[in-house]
Amino acid sequence: MEAKVYRELGLNDQEYQRILTILKREPTPTELAMFSVEWSEHCGYPRSRKYLKLFPQTGKYEPLVGEDAGGIVYDGTAIIFKMESHNHPSQVEPKQGAATGVGGIIRDIFTTGARPVALLDSLRFGQLNTPLNKYIFNGVIDGIQFYGNCVGVPTVGGEIYFDDAYAGNCLVNVMCIGVCPQTKLARARAGGVGNPIIYAGSKTGRDGIGGCSILASSEFAAGEIEKRPTVQVGDPFTEKCLIEATLEALETGVIVGIKDMGAAGLTCSSAEMAAAGDVGIEIDLDKVPLREEGMEPWEIMMSESQERMLICVEKGKEEKVLKVFHKWGLDAVVVGKVLAEKQAIIKQNGQVIAKAPTEELAKAPLYDMAFKKPKHPTSNLKIRTNADHNIQLLKLLSDPNIASKKMVYEQYDHMVQTNTTVYPGGDASVIRLKGKEWGIAATTDCNGRYCQVDPYTGAQIAVAEAARNLVVTGAEPAAVTDCLNFGNPEKPDRFYQFKSSVEGIADACKFLELPVVSGNVSLYNESPKGPILPTPTIGMIGIIKDINKRCSVPFKDNGDLVVLLGHTRVEGEIPELDLDLERRVQLACLEAIQIGMVKSAHDLSEGGLAVALAECAILAGKGAVINLADPLKDAPLLFGETQSRIVLTIAPDKIFSLSDIAMLYQVPCSIIGKVGGQKLTVLRGKKKLIDLPVAKLKARYFNALPELLRKR
Amino acid sequence: MKFGVIVFPGSNCDHDCYNAVKDVLKQPVEYVWHQEKKLDHLDCVIVPGGFSYGDYLRCGAIARFSPVMEAVKKHASRGGLVLGICNGFQILTEAGLLPGALIRNRDVHFICRHTDLRVENAKTPFTNKLKKGQILNIPIAHGEGNYQCDKKTLTELKKHGQIAFTYHGENPNGSVANIAGILNKSKNVLGMMPHPERAAEAILGSADGLGILSSILNTR
Repeated sequence: MEAKVYRELGLNDQEYQRILTILKREPTPTELAMFSVEWSEHCGYPRSRKYLKLFPQTGKYEPLVGEDAGGIVYDGTAIIFKMESHNHPSQVEPKQGAATGVGGIIRDIFTTGARPVALLDSLRFGQLNTPLNKYIFNGVIDGIQFYGNCVGVPTVGGEIYFDDAYAGNCLVNVMCIGVCPQTKLARARAGGVGNPIIYAGSKTGRDGIGGCSILASSEFAAGEIEKRPTVQVGDPFTEKCLIEATLEALETGVIVGIKDMGAAGLTCSSAEMAAAGDVGIEIDLDKVPLREEGMEPWEIMMSESQERMLICVEKGKEEKVLKVFHKWGLDAVVVGKVLAEKQAIIKQNGQVIAKAPTEELAKAPLYDMAFKKPKHPTSNLKIRTNADHNIQLLKLLSDPNIASKKMVYEQYDHMVQTNTTVYPGGDASVIRLKGKEWGIAATTDCNGRYCQVDPYTGAQIAVAEAARNLVVTGAEPAAVTDCLNFGNPEKPDRFYQFKSSVEGIADACKFLELPVVSGNVSLYNESPKGPILPTPTIGMIGIIKDINKRCSVPFKDNGDLVVLLGHTRVEGEIPELDLDLERRVQLACLEAIQIGMVKSAHDLSEGGLAVALAECAILAGKGAVINLADPLKDAPLLFGETQSRIVLTIAPDKIFSLSDIAMLYQVPCSIIGKVGGQKLTVLRGKKKLIDLPVAKLKARYFNALPELLRKR
Repeated sequence: MKFGVIVFPGSNCDHDCYNAVKDVLKQPVEYVWHQEKKLDHLDCVIVPGGFSYGDYLRCGAIARFSPVMEAVKKHASRGGLVLGICNGFQILTEAGLLPGALIRNRDVHFICRHTDLRVENAKTPFTNKLKKGQILNIPIAHGEGNYQCDKKTLTELKKHGQIAFTYHGENPNGSVANIAGILNKSKNVLGMMPHPERAAEAILGSADGLGILSSILNTR
């Protein structure tokens, strides 16, 4: 075979040689296609797998590290969650790329038997000052609302950052959470020789062919628009029916295993289901429902048409399952069976057109990648210490990275399913579970700029801040999913960023007793404009033991004391992180909230203390008078981003109990002011550092993003 | 009082309505599949929100042809109560049970947020526990909630007290006369864009929707 043929599919020379060794002959086009997708970075993680083993898999709660998506068990309930990227498709075709990103991760969740109950989106774009960047931003938001709203899963949170490093390669990371009784969890494996394999859902078309192996496994070169046909097209209506039908079909109790057809479609789902069950599988392509005529067998096997499931059912009981899918108006047919021989056998017109060992297909090569610490990024940050702090605060609140994303999350249905109890716009969102006393808090976090300066510390800060985001709602951080977005791993400086970030996450998670239960790696995020900032996005869930004691950001009552937990330092290029202090601050805050004394709580992050106080005031429509006695200079005191700090409010009579808790955990705790009035006033003694009406802060905070988008 | 919640493929507020009736109102309730043809045993039928049949065409344009809608029409014509929420409201206008139409929001995108509603007619089976002029905080979540009708219809609606709710303060979607919900002439059919089932418990941010749901129990 000519090298050109397999190279076009993303296979290198050694990989082709390995295929020859496995098959002891030249592969057929279908076999070649199957190996190429299974061994791609997107499916088989050949370049990243080695480091992913560093992640801890145990924590405070019983972990579930599953075949499609992992989770934890709490109170007999399995909470399944995972985050996945759809970066490359979204850059090429923003609306459908983002929409199918939502659809794909939802399928990963309900294929485990869990009902999807919440979505979060972590997004990165270039600055909104070019028509292209605006187009991609608007397209991605449109795709998320188009799919998420229709499918009926609330989009409760997430984050958006703008930086020109993402201008040639946006990031769309979607996290989905699902719940079900632990006893109802489904497996993603085939089993029982002779058991039938059912194909259910949408018909297979030519969309998304090569999406994972070609699109997501190389950098963007010039002329990326040609890759548009590799992007799949989403149909949220079919997905909604597929959710209901799948959960109903699982109730029949005759399903042995089930897997969604995501990246690499039928190839991946069939081979991996068989490999997981230590069996073989036979698929008859003549039976696969097709959207168009004349599709080549390799096209059918590689298609990434959305909204499809593969199901292994007990022999003789297939009618029960087929009936459910037909009731929901979906295609469902028996397309194959489980084999004893551990081979994936693909037939068409009675002929075997592909035959490959399932274990080999599912076992991608493992590479040791070279890494080298990159040159320190040059910083062009200028800190003006003597500027007017009122102007500085208003500027920060208008910065699209800090300004309210209300215009975005109001386009998402964040209330459907009637569980959302803390809405988006705060540190973390909270959902209740009907009939339970407890609830789930969820957040995503990553500061790519920190990670660029120091990927190890930056990744640790992402973990610490995600945990802090949960703690301020009253949740105990419970488990982590991640989406590791980096540049081309074949370049040693990029791989260094990946490796260091993974080590940072692993160490922070071990320290904070958080298992990493699922995740996704997205490499090759670069374009002619350069690589993205290293962005190891952390998705985290926490448990609020008593949902009635949940806490939120806005100030509550006049006269309440404003208290700062933690202390402010002068930082270098990025803040330092002391994990031990971080843990103690979190424990102190959590205990105070659980006792019920805390009226509001907010994590300090981008923009520091001044921005955090402004957000508490803006969201409450209520001011505060703050008096700072710290000897630090004004600018770092107001805007410094020292980690491990939380600002909270309590009724004045609770101050001694709060001090006791702070003392117990050896956490600095200082009263810095009082809630009240219509202005945010920050004093140092008699000197006014900040003095602004809440209405003005509010206008800047909410109007900044819409104004930026309107600007030509 | 026996409730039924219609389930079209693509409905996504069916569970929410079911739960609000069962767990909050504590009334008997059942799901009604879109192919059902009989609703004789039900007192109140809820046509829930969502994207019936995907709504890739005009919202509710396909749902109006489903077998269950014939049954809903019969149910309404014999005086049975019908509550259409969001997509349900769109379907009721498409099916001719309510006048006018719901078009794309003024700002041409989906909006999910809490809104203030003013009760315009408190003498209906859906509002008898409320007071005229009372303000209710109930969320909306729609892309096509901009209610429009011709002048003659609007005059009729006003004349017969068919406007149930209007948006108080900001009009979120551009509806004519700030209309958020309307009734048929005999007041046994209500269509509204805001979601009372999403405001049935304080933990969700507002329990004002309960005033509407519990009014229904007062009618018999």
